[in-house]
Amino acid sequence: MPRVANLFFAGVVCLTASMFLVAVWQSGTRANLQNTRDDRAQVAQQSGVGLQPAKDADRKPEADATKYPVIIRKPSGPPRIELGGTDPQGRTGSVACSTCHSVRKPNLENKTAATLDEFHQGMTFNHGTIACYACHNPGDSDALRLADGSTVTYENVMTLCSQCHSKQAESFAHGAHGGMNGHWDLSRGPQMKNNCIDCHDPHAPSYPKMIVGFKPKDRFNEPSIDDHDHEGAASHDEH
Amino acid sequence: MTSTEPSKNRSLPIVENFTRRAAVKGAFATLGAGAFVAAISPLRQAAKNTTAAEFMQQHYTELSPEQKADVIARLEAETKEKYGADVTIADDRPIPGTKFVYAINLSVCNGNGKCVEACHKENNHDRATNQSYIRVLEMPKGTMDMEQGSTTYSGAVPKDDKFYLPVQCQQCDEPPCVDVCPVKATWKEEDGIVVVDYNWCIGCRYCEAACPYHARRFNWKEPEVPTKEINPDQSYLSNRVRPVGVVEKCTYCLHRTRRGKLPACLEACPTGARVFGNILDKDSNIRWILENKRVYILKEELGTKPAFFYYFD
Repeated sequence: MPRVANLFFAGVVCLTASMFLVAVWQSGTRANLQNTRDDRAQVAQQSGVGLQPAKDADRKPEADATKYPVIIRKPSGPPRIELGGTDPQGRTGSVACSTCHSVRKPNLENKTAATLDEFHQGMTFNHGTIACYACHNPGDSDALRLADGSTVTYENVMTLCSQCHSKQAESFAHGAHGGMNGHWDLSRGPQMKNNCIDCHDPHAPSYPKMIVGFKPKDRFNEPSIDDHDHEGAASHDEH
Repeated sequence: MTSTEPSKNRSLPIVENFTRRAAVKGAFATLGAGAFVAAISPLRQAAKNTTAAEFMQQHYTELSPEQKADVIARLEAETKEKYGADVTIADDRPIPGTKFVYAINLSVCNGNGKCVEACHKENNHDRATNQSYIRVLEMPKGTMDMEQGSTTYSGAVPKDDKFYLPVQCQQCDEPPCVDVCPVKATWKEEDGIVVVDYNWCIGCRYCEAACPYHARRFNWKEPEVPTKEINPDQSYLSNRVRPVGVVEKCTYCLHRTRRGKLPACLEACPTGARVFGNILDKDSNIRWILENKRVYILKEELGTKPAFFYYFD
């Protein structure tokens, strides 16, 4: 009988050992074990250097090379007015501002759309109390003008905005306003930035309200039970 | 047999020597064997979900380059098998001479939640729970106490009497989550990012409890992500699809930022409230902000030293 117990025990030990061997063998075949594996593991551990991704090799040379630019988007040019009607061929067209404004006398006093007798009447204007011709150019309707009277193109509208909004312009220059896309590290890739009028309508520049779309469904977002607890806690505090 | 045991009855020894002692021994041996089988039976269950190679895998920091390559190849194959997506899992290491910090302009953040969504998509979060590493708190004006915030707001934002405080991992310089981990499955890397080895994490959730910013997430179930929506651009310590039962967290999108790109939440922000950069670079945007704006950190009194700043202008 002792022999049976011993045999049983030996059996269990063998089973355990074989399980262990199988596990090791499987990991070995997967990992394609090499003799130097342990040594290398130690080296890697000491130096703290892991496997470098393949891209590393590509990007090393550029790191020392020239920096990529920060590209600020520019408006495509002077606005064009879409015509409501069609020509005899059925085509719609668009005209430049100067099509009308070159033959009309500019009213330098005008400040809102409400005081216009024709055109631009539906426009919302909410940009302080400045006159239209504070920014638009009475001499060249397809361009803008700076406070000193010099002409600036629509493409360089940021120069115009920065005259008054210098704080924002300064923040923009340092990435603290207006956002960015692309790379933080200019030695690895360019960075793209918006211009003022990508986000702000120059006629009503306050940033529009937005609708919240996406919500995580975690325990912090469970409805009302939490609020109820807070109310209870508050009333306890009062007592 | 016969030579060693002379002159005895030739019947079987078992029957002959069946003493009480032997019976007790036999009973206990059987009991022991039964207990052993019961004790290792969870391994049989584990074997269904876990391959031997995965089970035997070492800690990330102790893997040799060859082992890492094998682990990554295995993970890529598993992702292909489970999610049907061809993904590339890189092993992005810190760039020497960088320390990543983040800043958010609370004057312009309007709580629209685009960052939350971008994080969800970029990091292959579970689609059913809309999981994300970012929570945007709607805060009453006049306090920076994030416990007074609410994440359940909806509709048109910003509301007049509120401001919005996006909270994600602050990549603390004194991270309490790292201190409490019993198995060192989470640690702080040289560029300041606190990472998790998802294959080493045991899912005890101590770190989740220790984090004063509620920044860690636990995978209660296997993440479900449709094949088409899997972001194939992955990294071992970052946005690879996590296994069930492990803790995960914001990694400043290290699979992007360690390749010089900006984090996904920053690129998604329509208000331009988010700024990211290398604080060791004197000419960086982030340095200018920290030097020139009114900068706050969350729960400063805890001494966690976040690498995450909030500013007003």
